[in-house]
Amino acid sequence: MGFEKYLRMDKLPHIWCPGCGHGTILNSFIRAFADSNLDQDKTVIISGIGCSGRATGYLNFDTLHTTHGRAIAFATGVKMANPELNVIVMTGDGDGSAIGGNHLIHAARRNIDLTVILFNNQIYGMTGGQFSPMTPTGDQATTAPYGNIDQNFDLARLVGGAGGTFIARGAAYDPRQLNKLYLAALKHKGFSFVESLSQCPVSYGRQNKAGDAVKMLKKQQQNTISFKKWQELSQEKKEEKYPLGILKEVVKPESEYTVRYQKIIDDIKKEEAL
Amino acid sequence: MKTKIFCPEKRAVLTQGDQAVVEGALAAGVEFFAGYPITPASEIAEGFARELPKIGGKFLQMEDEIAGMAAVVGASLAGKKAITATSGPGFALKQENLGFATMIEAPVVVVNVQRVGPSTGLPTSPSQGDVMQTRWGRNGDQEIIALAPASVAESYELTIKAVNLSEKFRQPVVLLLDEVIGHLREKIYLKSSEELEIVNRKKPDTDQDPDQYLPYQLTDDLIPPMSDYGSGLKYHTSGLFHDQSGFPDGKNETAKLMQDRLHNKLHDNLDQIILYQKDIRSDDKVAVLSYGSAARTAISAVNTGRKDNLKAGWFKLQTIWPFAEKEVAELASQVETIIVPELNQGQLIREVKRAAAGKAKVLGINSYAGELIKPEEIRALLEEVL
Repeated sequence: MGFEKYLRMDKLPHIWCPGCGHGTILNSFIRAFADSNLDQDKTVIISGIGCSGRATGYLNFDTLHTTHGRAIAFATGVKMANPELNVIVMTGDGDGSAIGGNHLIHAARRNIDLTVILFNNQIYGMTGGQFSPMTPTGDQATTAPYGNIDQNFDLARLVGGAGGTFIARGAAYDPRQLNKLYLAALKHKGFSFVESLSQCPVSYGRQNKAGDAVKMLKKQQQNTISFKKWQELSQEKKEEKYPLGILKEVVKPESEYTVRYQKIIDDIKKEEAL
Repeated sequence: MKTKIFCPEKRAVLTQGDQAVVEGALAAGVEFFAGYPITPASEIAEGFARELPKIGGKFLQMEDEIAGMAAVVGASLAGKKAITATSGPGFALKQENLGFATMIEAPVVVVNVQRVGPSTGLPTSPSQGDVMQTRWGRNGDQEIIALAPASVAESYELTIKAVNLSEKFRQPVVLLLDEVIGHLREKIYLKSSEELEIVNRKKPDTDQDPDQYLPYQLTDDLIPPMSDYGSGLKYHTSGLFHDQSGFPDGKNETAKLMQDRLHNKLHDNLDQIILYQKDIRSDDKVAVLSYGSAARTAISAVNTGRKDNLKAGWFKLQTIWPFAEKEVAELASQVETIIVPELNQGQLIREVKRAAAGKAKVLGINSYAGELIKPEEIRALLEEVL
């Protein structure tokens, strides 16, 4: 109850296609935000271009719909300029890991206190089904008519390896877990990243004969496993499944970027006072 | 967050153009820099890295030029006066987000210390090759304000102007230095707090009902008040054409209305934006019209020529965009010939010819391989036409 205040009700219904997982992700996010006790008025949500980019328009916060791939770079400016603001980025697999991949790894490296929610539907949906860095090898895409020969990122490992201090993966088939992951990410002091598996029955599903949303969600369930169980699998079996849950969590608020910069400012002041 | 107000005292310093930009920006109230190292603009980033934390401001070295541009726009939306600096190749990378800043009306300043292009070109040699990139480098029709200092003192003065104009008109402003101005050292006077004229963006009443707030309200002056992030007004901003509420509606009329407003908010106020200096006597037959480092040569050539009774004057543009169309048209009716020296193959001369509309003959002198134009070259042409 009471979730309407987080939505711009007059902007609904959303533009996402029937069966799209993005609405589920947004739903989980709103519930997590409501549970987080963060101040809605002190929260900025920033998106890029693509299907995920439209999420900000429905959310009743200070929201910024930026250029393709650059949401994290804009967010870095907002957070540095005013560290009191909670800054959240909503991006997609194309927006966040292709054109915006550089900003993703560098924001993780700085460990700046942003929460990045990456809607991974494994395709460029808005532009009609071109392959993204997350389209599985061998799949069909309008720009891979003979099958996709590109290999995927393991985004969670990439961002964790780059220095992000909170890394998680969830899936639209389990919105309750997504809810918990977003809540933990929002509370984390440092760079937090939640890869959120979504389904695109239209731009991805049709050309790959993946069936309707229900069928795609079932496949999502089959392809994933809890991180705990995943750790017990053989190396070979690990390759076949995506682990879900909190994959990395380092609690070290003093290593957060704006905190470290503030220390420079404070040290200069102390020196001046001497 | 506590910040100390930058409180300058009037004093003389020997400094270079790049450093004067830092001094000017701090004097104008800039508290945020984000950028990426590039010759010959790196000294600007270095200056901000050193100075900003002293006043509680923020410096960010970003992962690339694109991110530097994005971060200053983000900082501007968070309520800070923000600036970035680059050179030609980096300026090319910044263009998309500069267009975004224009579209969402984020006040920011972009410094471009020009070097010879295209591409990596001559990184340590001066050029005025980015005049048209500044005007037309982004997709779509759009206005831009661009100022071009011709000395270290002007680098300081025009940086303050650039910040003020960006705040006043909610408009990105480009400051076009070139390598010579950026690295030249001259004595300049820094202003005291009392002498400084500072403009801050207009802000909306934050006590109003957020549901009724129109972030892109059509006001009489065509410049909507700008809310800082976190003020409680919770508004949406998009690079899509948007109506007064900030939301895109996809209508052609909305796009037209916004295009016209973005154009008119500057063109209704050209008297505040177009800055120039001139020395044209009533009997001068030739005017040398220039900007940036080329203006130094031009003025020197005119002044020595006058000692030999050449009927020549000079006209120095400090604002190159929007172009001083009216002023140049007037000039063309006063003199027979306008000479336009430029460190490029002839970029602004196209505008001069357009504005002169055949009333005066317009001739260029061009150097585009990294060398300055010599006063003797201008002198020779003056003698030829007089």
